[in-house]
Amino acid sequence: MCGIVGLFLKNESLNPRLGAMLTDMLITMTDRGPDSAGIAIYGTPGADATTTAARLKLTVQSDTPDTAFAGLAGKLAEATGAPVDVRILDTHAVIELPAGARAAAEAFLDRHGLRIMGAGERMEIFKEVGLPRDVARRFGLRGMSGSHGIGHTRMATESAVTTLGAHPFSTGEDQCLVHNGSLSNHNQVRRRLAQKGFAPKTQNDTEVAACYISSRLAEGANLGEALEGTLSDLDGFFTFVVGTRNGFGVVRDPIACKPAVMAETDDYVAFASEYRAFADLPGIDAARVWEPEPATVYFWER
Amino acid sequence: MEVIDLATTGLRDLNATLQAAARERGNAAYTIENPRGAHALAVGLDGPLDVTVKGSTGYYCAGMNKAASIRVTGSAGPGVAENMMSGTVTIEGDASQYAGATGRGGLLVIKGNASSRCGISMKGIDIVVHGSIGHMAAFMAQRGNLVVLGDAGDALGDSIYEAQLFVRGRVASLGADCEEKEMRPEHLDLLRDLLARAGADARPEEFRRYGSARRLYNFHIDHADAY
Repeated sequence: MCGIVGLFLKNESLNPRLGAMLTDMLITMTDRGPDSAGIAIYGTPGADATTTAARLKLTVQSDTPDTAFAGLAGKLAEATGAPVDVRILDTHAVIELPAGARAAAEAFLDRHGLRIMGAGERMEIFKEVGLPRDVARRFGLRGMSGSHGIGHTRMATESAVTTLGAHPFSTGEDQCLVHNGSLSNHNQVRRRLAQKGFAPKTQNDTEVAACYISSRLAEGANLGEALEGTLSDLDGFFTFVVGTRNGFGVVRDPIACKPAVMAETDDYVAFASEYRAFADLPGIDAARVWEPEPATVYFWER
Repeated sequence: MEVIDLATTGLRDLNATLQAAARERGNAAYTIENPRGAHALAVGLDGPLDVTVKGSTGYYCAGMNKAASIRVTGSAGPGVAENMMSGTVTIEGDASQYAGATGRGGLLVIKGNASSRCGISMKGIDIVVHGSIGHMAAFMAQRGNLVVLGDAGDALGDSIYEAQLFVRGRVASLGADCEEKEMRPEHLDLLRDLLARAGADARPEEFRRYGSARRLYNFHIDHADAY
């Protein structure tokens, strides 16, 4: 089944409340997906002390965080020769470093069995197995601020209940995707993407969709065009919600069995699998609420 | 008028209260506050009762309704008024997928739009949608009337049996074995009555009628292309 939520703030004064609003939406969707939960949140870029360039954030995950994250900042600084900050949140750590140190950092992380969940100037990504309420508490999602974010509660169908099988999937810098449904041509698309250099890391069908969108964006498509492409190139049931550095998009397959509802006010655009998730949003009684049309792309960029 | 607040009353208690009141046949009036998109609100009411839900509902509101009159002031989630037997269900906002599915009787009025599969497998219900409807409406519809003041999406009336479909706006496409039909005086009378009962501001003459071409009732080798 799965539940998906998304929130794109238009009013910056709400940014400090993004985590709290998304957490409430996510927990409301628990009975659509009780086995794992995840959230991608677009916060403030890390500023580099020496240059004006934004620093890169790498979100990594470990099954043994106590040992894997011990002294990680120092070890990474030594391995990359660059200033590194590390924030540990339960099984995840957000590493901030100059973009130029990325390759050396990834090689280090790979050697030490740390999984990279996502990378970007602004995006941080947190996902784990467990009830949404517990996952949110472990990562302190409620206290996070940001401009937009997407979340997912999972009831697995196509692959195992593992951290890596949880959503959101991130397959490009500051890009992430959540999915309700199941794809039927993902093996074929996976092979095509691998040939183009966008090979998914897992056997999960949703990651194929994320890689597909990343590949289209890399080819120069805008978010709307990349989402439009899913309608012709992906087969199966899907409602996708996608986040990029400055944007937020939604598309449903033409048959549109999977539920979806959207709400818009002057302050935000919200997406959810069910209206229930909107019940606590500010000003929802006066919001424009509608069901997104099948095979129609909706996206907002700032 | 009784007021039940779902912020303080559980869903099962609410439905049990409404179902008991419906069985007493006193046509009592209830207002439900804070529905917050809850599932299965005011279901299985088996007698005359006047229920107003103030706000928006989730899956399967007003399912299996018999004789009761239920009004939702917001929008309704998937499967509203599913398998309705009689009575009236009114949605002031929009309705999601498969509104009025398998309905046997009664009147479902949707003041906004209805999305996909509205009236799927309807079996005698009357549905009046003031706005537009999505794709696959009245799929395998067997009996009853679907009236749409706006537009209809793709594959209207696919594999339809004897239900009648009236659309004022544009039909994106007709489904297999659905065709436009002549509007005769008895259809105009029927439509006039339905529009009046649904509080719809439209004239019967503005509509076109669609129904079954009756070529799919039994398999016929000459029609293999249509299957």
